Amino acid sequence: MSEEKIKQAFVKALAIPEEQVKDSLEYNSIKEWDSTAHMILIAELEDVFEVMLDTDDIIDMSSYAKAKEILRKYDIDC
Amino acid sequence: MIEINLADKHVLITGASRGIGAACAKNFAAAGATLYLNGRESEKLSALCLQLSDEYGVTCHSLPFNVSKVDEVQQGFQQLFKLTKKLDVLVNNAGILDDALIGMVTPTQVENTFATNTYSVLYCSQYAARLMQRGGSGSIINVASIIGRVGNTGQAVYGASKAAVIGITKSLAKELAPVNIRVNAVAPGFIETDMTKQLSPDKYQERLESIAMGRVGTADNVADTILFLASNLSTYVTGQTIGVDGGMLI
Repeated sequence: MSEEKIKQAFVKALAIPEEQVKDSLEYNSIKEWDSTAHMILIAELEDVFEVMLDTDDIIDMSSYAKAKEILRKYDIDC
Repeated sequence: MIEINLADKHVLITGASRGIGAACAKNFAAAGATLYLNGRESEKLSALCLQLSDEYGVTCHSLPFNVSKVDEVQQGFQQLFKLTKKLDVLVNNAGILDDALIGMVTPTQVENTFATNTYSVLYCSQYAARLMQRGGSGSIINVASIIGRVGNTGQAVYGASKAAVIGITKSLAKELAPVNIRVNAVAPGFIETDMTKQLSPDKYQERLESIAMGRVGTADNVADTILFLASNLSTYVTGQTIGVDGGMLI
């Protein structure tokens, strides 16, 4: 369920179709996921899961797969 | 008459338990803002919160954490995030004064001064800007110092830490202007606070004589300028450092 929420956060923040959100999706690999969109994505994830991410985690969030790995640290089951 | 009403604004003030920070807390409470007061003395903060809530009918939360420690800043903002997803104003006021002639400056003194006076401004602004962007606007006000602008004997470390605050202010103002976050600083001169009470009587008199207006400033004088920078009266002002020094010359 949480993974679906993460996926939808990516869809909404990056304005991309759901099919594009895969583990292989990486930061800066598509024009929609640039540094500005990255901060929008962070805000969206924080709103959805009601957590405030550490700066190190924001910088480390280099892919969709990594995003899931980081969110698990915040007790989010995905 | 122009009235400053901040009834829908959420304001975080660091170093709020006394001096300029406490004067700011009182000003913002009088303007109706919701307050988040930071400091290291949790009992003092709680007492101030209670007093301001009673006197002005505002909501006030105390957020005790040490701004000089990045992990505590992070935890403090996580606590703030749980209380509110919104932040409109950040006053980076926390600071320390530890004078020494250059031959007597220790690495610990340098590290402590920069951690409290400078790094805290960067880290708090970093988290605050993220919260402010959600609301589409914000105002960050940094408390620099006249010493950061013109320097002074025995204050190389303090002056450098405050000059850096002015540098941060200018760069952040440019970086955050596109997202409608204004960043300004005040540079107080000789202000009657616990920090300046450490001066010897001779030094105190010498400083007094260097002020064109012939009087020492008050924490309220500085807090009033900070309130102006937080308010809608300054919506086109960013990247500025406003001296609050009574025409002081060093």
